[in-house]
Amino acid sequence: MFSGTTGIQHEEALIFEREHHNASSIQLPGVEAELSSELLAFQRQKSAHIPNLSEPETVRHFVRMSQWNHGIETGFYPLGSCTMKHNPRINEQIARLDGFAHIHPEQADESVQGTLQIMHQLSQDLGEISGFAHVSLQPAAGAHGELTGLMMIRACMDERKQTQRRVVLVPDSAHGTNPASAALCGMRTIEIPSASNGRIDLEILATYLNDEVAAFMITNPNTTGMFESDIQRICDMVHEAGALVYGDGANLNALVGMARPGDMGIDCLHINVHKTFATPHGGGGPGAGPIAVNDTLAAFLPVPRIIKTEDEHYHLQYEATQSIGSMLGSMGQVGVLLRASAYIAAFGRDKLHMIAQDAVLNANYVLSRLKDHYDVPFAGLCKHECLLTDAKQQEYGIKTLDIAKYLIDLGMHPMTVYFPLIVQGAMLIEPTETESKQTLDDFCDAMIDIARMAKEEPEPLHQAPQKPIRTRLDEVQAARKPVLVWPEEA
Amino acid sequence: MSIPTDLKYTKDHEWVRLEGETAIFGISQHAQEALGDIVFVELPELETKLDAGEAIAVVESVKAVSDVYVPVTGEVIKINELLEETPELVNNDSYGQGWIAKLKVSADMDTSSLMDATAYQAFLDQ
Repeated sequence: MFSGTTGIQHEEALIFEREHHNASSIQLPGVEAELSSELLAFQRQKSAHIPNLSEPETVRHFVRMSQWNHGIETGFYPLGSCTMKHNPRINEQIARLDGFAHIHPEQADESVQGTLQIMHQLSQDLGEISGFAHVSLQPAAGAHGELTGLMMIRACMDERKQTQRRVVLVPDSAHGTNPASAALCGMRTIEIPSASNGRIDLEILATYLNDEVAAFMITNPNTTGMFESDIQRICDMVHEAGALVYGDGANLNALVGMARPGDMGIDCLHINVHKTFATPHGGGGPGAGPIAVNDTLAAFLPVPRIIKTEDEHYHLQYEATQSIGSMLGSMGQVGVLLRASAYIAAFGRDKLHMIAQDAVLNANYVLSRLKDHYDVPFAGLCKHECLLTDAKQQEYGIKTLDIAKYLIDLGMHPMTVYFPLIVQGAMLIEPTETESKQTLDDFCDAMIDIARMAKEEPEPLHQAPQKPIRTRLDEVQAARKPVLVWPEEA
Repeated sequence: MSIPTDLKYTKDHEWVRLEGETAIFGISQHAQEALGDIVFVELPELETKLDAGEAIAVVESVKAVSDVYVPVTGEVIKINELLEETPELVNNDSYGQGWIAKLKVSADMDTSSLMDATAYQAFLDQ
């Protein structure tokens, strides 16, 4: 029995369509002060059009819409490359403690020693986990960490009087954020084709290395779920060519406690703590993307830095001559970072490797159950996520999109579809370590039955989803003719 | 699917129609099928001069965003403005109304890297 097949669903109109003019949950006071002519010039002339609804109506509006959503707390969410793991409740309690939740970024260092101590400890933990000597917690998300790292690499090249090095090499399987971060940093991206086994080819890489290259960005395991087994040789080649290696830490869940990017020769890595260390994410945030670097880049780290004094006190240091500056106010997203600290502490040094072991085991369990039913583009064991394609189902006119949509009818969030771009009809499945065998079996049973339906009764797959309050959306029209604004004068 | 024999093709799945000192190009039927429903085409600016193989346009589908590489060296003299409002022309008529831009080229340019229809079919069959 799949969980998505029953349930009460409330239809809900737009809030502007629901409003009526005899109730309002807000009563704003009038302006008593006399406004100067300068201020009057800015006075709003038209109504702000805050919808007229009572408080219960407003609450129901948002709660109903929240119930149309599918989150990790509703059901299985194997969205590849996103690491949608369970967020333990105790982490929420810890982040809500008065001493953490009610402090201010501008408070004096002496009055926030506890928070500073935990942030300092987290920096050290992340450094130890990733194999780097220096960590800044400041970046607010993975892509922000990428930008921070590339800015440091750029500053390093400038310091070496290598200002012509403005090219960032990116594999064609990379996350889309990689070229975007390079562009934002004023660098030029050149894409490197992957080899037929989905990995970096050393001979191809060699042809792209020259004295214009500042950095090579690599994700390991890469977005096909495969470990880049030549990683050390790759790092050596990039270093010999005078460039640095940026590690995209989005897939760190496969490595925690087992292998360290710093030991592989990578110079700089961002860590998506909201993925790897279980803090709520999706829908745009909040996240946190601490950046870890080796000695080569340490001088360029953002400020403020958390300094521990000899007498066990902590303070924020803003002065650092070579720093790229501040990427965000104060220490970063402290609420998210606290949850990550709690997740790490719950495992402890002795058991942290269980994160990676169970995540990789779960992905390979799914792969082994589905490999006879779906095309597997790259043979062998995967890491924390497995990659399938729709090549077998295409024969019956069933595409990846149909498979993904039907999973919604069974109460599961679809896997990542059509990514990585180098694989036709890609389905990238990341179960994470927090799912039980029962949940994985339900998913595999569903996928095996979908493969059967593709052959025997494909129509429901074309029509899916039928169970959610909104059935299959016209994605083409939505992209070609987007309606983004509610008309002011309806 | 039939591949027009009066066009030349690139390994990146662009087609080009060479007519003396002009060349019209677009993306092949195979390319539009692989991309799926195209929702946006970013056209080049007029008078842009590019060498063969440089990125000249961008096609965006529901699934992916892809660069289009200019098949031959030349200067953009006309763009298919119809694609701004109706990008689906690339899906519906990739070799006809779905053309992307027209280039001024030199008549003695090097076209040795381009494939004819037979060679392109063989390339697709690989």
